[in-house]
Amino acid sequence: MEDEKDYALPGFDTEAKDNSRRNFLKQSTLLTAVALTPGTAIKAADMRLDEKIAEAFEKMPIKLEVNGVAHSLSVEPRATLLDILREQLDLTGTKKGCDHGQCGACTVHIDGHRVNSCLTLGVMASGKKITTIEGLAKGDELHPMQEAFLKHDGFQCGYCTPGQIMSAVACIREGHANSEMEIREYMSGNICRCGAYPNIVNAIQEVKEGAQAV
Amino acid sequence: MKVKEIIGQITNDIMTNDPMTKEGLSRVDGRLKVTGQAKYSAEYKVKDLVYGVLVGSTIAKGTIKSIDTKKAEAAPGVLSVLTCFNAPKIPGYQTDTPSPKGPLKIFYNDQVYFNGQPIALVVADTFERALFAASRVSAVYESGPHQTNLKDNISTAVAPGRGKDFVKGVEDTWNTAPVKIQQEYTIPTEVHNPMELHATIARWDADDKITVYTKTQGVKSTQRSIAQAFKLPPENVQVTAPFVGGAFGAALRTWPHEIAAVLAAKVTGKPVKLVLSRADMFTSVGYRPYTWQKVSIGANPDGKLFGITHEATGQSSVYEDFTEGVVNISQLMYASPNINTRYKIVSLNVNTPTPMRGPGEATGAFALESAMDELSYQLNIDPIDFRMRNYAETDPGNDKPYSSKYLSDAYKIGAEKIGWSNRNQKPGAVTENGWLAGYGMAAGMFGAHRSSATVLARMMADGTLVLQTAVTDIGPGTGTAMVSIASEVMGIPAEKIKFDMGDSSLPPSPTQGGSQITSTVGSAVHDACVELKEKFKSMAGNTDASNYTQILKQQNLDKLEVTTSSKGGAEQGKYAMYSWSVHFMKVLVHPTTGVVKINKAISVADAGLIISPKTARSQMIGGTIMGIGMALTEEAIIDHRYGRLVNNNFADYHVPVQADIPQVEAYFVNKPDTILNPIGAKGMGEIATIGVAAAVANAVYNATGKRVRDLPITPDKLV
Repeated sequence: MEDEKDYALPGFDTEAKDNSRRNFLKQSTLLTAVALTPGTAIKAADMRLDEKIAEAFEKMPIKLEVNGVAHSLSVEPRATLLDILREQLDLTGTKKGCDHGQCGACTVHIDGHRVNSCLTLGVMASGKKITTIEGLAKGDELHPMQEAFLKHDGFQCGYCTPGQIMSAVACIREGHANSEMEIREYMSGNICRCGAYPNIVNAIQEVKEGAQAV
Repeated sequence: MKVKEIIGQITNDIMTNDPMTKEGLSRVDGRLKVTGQAKYSAEYKVKDLVYGVLVGSTIAKGTIKSIDTKKAEAAPGVLSVLTCFNAPKIPGYQTDTPSPKGPLKIFYNDQVYFNGQPIALVVADTFERALFAASRVSAVYESGPHQTNLKDNISTAVAPGRGKDFVKGVEDTWNTAPVKIQQEYTIPTEVHNPMELHATIARWDADDKITVYTKTQGVKSTQRSIAQAFKLPPENVQVTAPFVGGAFGAALRTWPHEIAAVLAAKVTGKPVKLVLSRADMFTSVGYRPYTWQKVSIGANPDGKLFGITHEATGQSSVYEDFTEGVVNISQLMYASPNINTRYKIVSLNVNTPTPMRGPGEATGAFALESAMDELSYQLNIDPIDFRMRNYAETDPGNDKPYSSKYLSDAYKIGAEKIGWSNRNQKPGAVTENGWLAGYGMAAGMFGAHRSSATVLARMMADGTLVLQTAVTDIGPGTGTAMVSIASEVMGIPAEKIKFDMGDSSLPPSPTQGGSQITSTVGSAVHDACVELKEKFKSMAGNTDASNYTQILKQQNLDKLEVTTSSKGGAEQGKYAMYSWSVHFMKVLVHPTTGVVKINKAISVADAGLIISPKTARSQMIGGTIMGIGMALTEEAIIDHRYGRLVNNNFADYHVPVQADIPQVEAYFVNKPDTILNPIGAKGMGEIATIGVAAAVANAVYNATGKRVRDLPITPDKLV
């Protein structure tokens, strides 16, 4: 590639022939912090222990409260909240549809507000309260929006559904569900390829008019 | 029981419960879907899972000279980088007689056929690391001149091997009629874009055994394909897909990335998860192909058709000949003494298309039903009236009687619901609040099929009925429809019925596609339940034969089960069997900006008896919305200089969103087809979309007097 330097990361010597991290470790003064003598460190690097040490530097501790459960995690800064939920916490109700904030399938609530979790890094969510679709019902008792989606058949394949429901709840809380047109406008960030849109509007209207707590 | 008796029985059984007055079941899997518990293919917790990310080619045609994988391999956490230069040979790819064309074989050789073709797979211990490492793979190519523009290459079009030219009466004789029209229409490439990204988790359980969780419309066909590729006994390949997050045709085949995931799991000795990116979804799993059409119709002044000639040329890849029934609709829709069609394809440096909801017919219906509308204005006859003057009472292609056809009923229902009487025959004559208002309609049709399926029906001691078959549900509500049928036949509440599906170890069912599942699997569920009931009857003695738990107790049995295969018979050759639809649109067009707003959409289906009204209604509405996308917004755009897509994401490729869609209403004629199968149902998935785009275009013409023949109807084409 011509623009090699654009891809270079700190400590990531793209010219290195083998594992560039070894160079990083060999040169790093941080080694003293892990109480290794240079000799053993070089040996460790050769044994690929450097990976493990580097991994520790690369990760950051975060605290997430997800659906009322506190999690202390160590994550790479580039890991999205979406991937952390799905891959590390096995909360797969939050869906991956585009990774670009263009489809809304990954919508969760952070401190009560709807957010695309694919555009949110895990480190940005540290210390915050997150609600996912798995945390919406109270035990066996479904949230009114979940009930309304069932009643109005607000889905088909079900893949966009968690995002639609999280967005729909927020839409009412924000005060953006006062008319059919307003609902359509404020629910346009959640794509449904099966085309359940009219049923989704009906579900939201019913919950709104039912004046139940959302 | 003879077929006729079964038909009579079930028809009576179901007709006593008119689906149009009852709401129908809510989705049997609905609770799992609204609580986030439904597991899609990327969501299985598998021990020691590693992650694969594909790298696509950056040229559209040529040879890969080398691939630099060193930087990727040196990146943290990387286990393997597979390319055509180092990938182990896939046994099923090696043939003694190589054929010049065939499905894309991943990492098979150094040839590049299209831009974005997978050339490497990076496997790492986390998704983030695999994604980063994939960005560090680079290739050196020797690129050749590519062709991606159908219009520039139409002279190279050839008639494909299958699908001959059709001639009824005299060829090309439309031209001799007193009133005639000849117009060209194009549709751009349209991409399925189900919300769930295609994903595969592959895990080798032994040297010759594998489990695959993958997005597929047919677990059995995926099982066969993977077994074939890796030379395994099919029963050693377990394919699991109980939930599929939409597909619309995109998961009809086993794709190269699925084979790559299986291969990578073999190479790394670890289970591999490979999730396509949204950009990958535009080049890896098919699309509705860019198609050029010319429709020529001649009629007499009384509106009777004299001749139809429909020509179409669609795009395919250089490595496969993809064909679809674009021109079929003109052979089948209207009574005309002379009909002929021609269909060709052009090989381009693009990936192979795949059937997309209403494959071919949706494309063909746009042209035919637009042309019919154009001619109706020339004749100054109301478009519905014009269609009724040419209503086919038998199949125009072969004169066979229809198994059922209630399209005229559908016209009536739709016209009333949209308020057709408010339509002005003069285009551009009506304004509402400063917007031009117009009405349009168009019809659709698709073959009503029934193939074979096997269903196991097991009554448990506690009165639970378990039904098992391999079929998948990509969204229409297959499980719900099957439970409705079983509940009806067995006389037990739906809550007592469990439907197991989406698993290759279950009795065989066809791939979910071609609008045949309710007819095929529904008939098998029906037949299995009838057989199970008979079995209970023979054991009942003095006991009420429908008290299943009592009989099991008396017989000291913990269960009673039957496995029943079911398929269509001789009726299939004797009748012309089709589902029919009509779509009505009211549109508003802004005269200055050209913005088109769908004001009201009505779709009516003659899909036989409606088994599951609630889910059927949703399926119909959803198909209409997909058609609205086809009509107004969807267009995959290639920069032909590079042969590369420029709008391969949801921000630039516009599928309809909430704000684009009004209250769409769906209605059913709801009369049983007593020939096709014992349950009276015909298919509905395709007809929901077929005809919609023409209905929108026709309404836009009625509103503005501007005829748009090249989809999508974007504002620039109206100002």
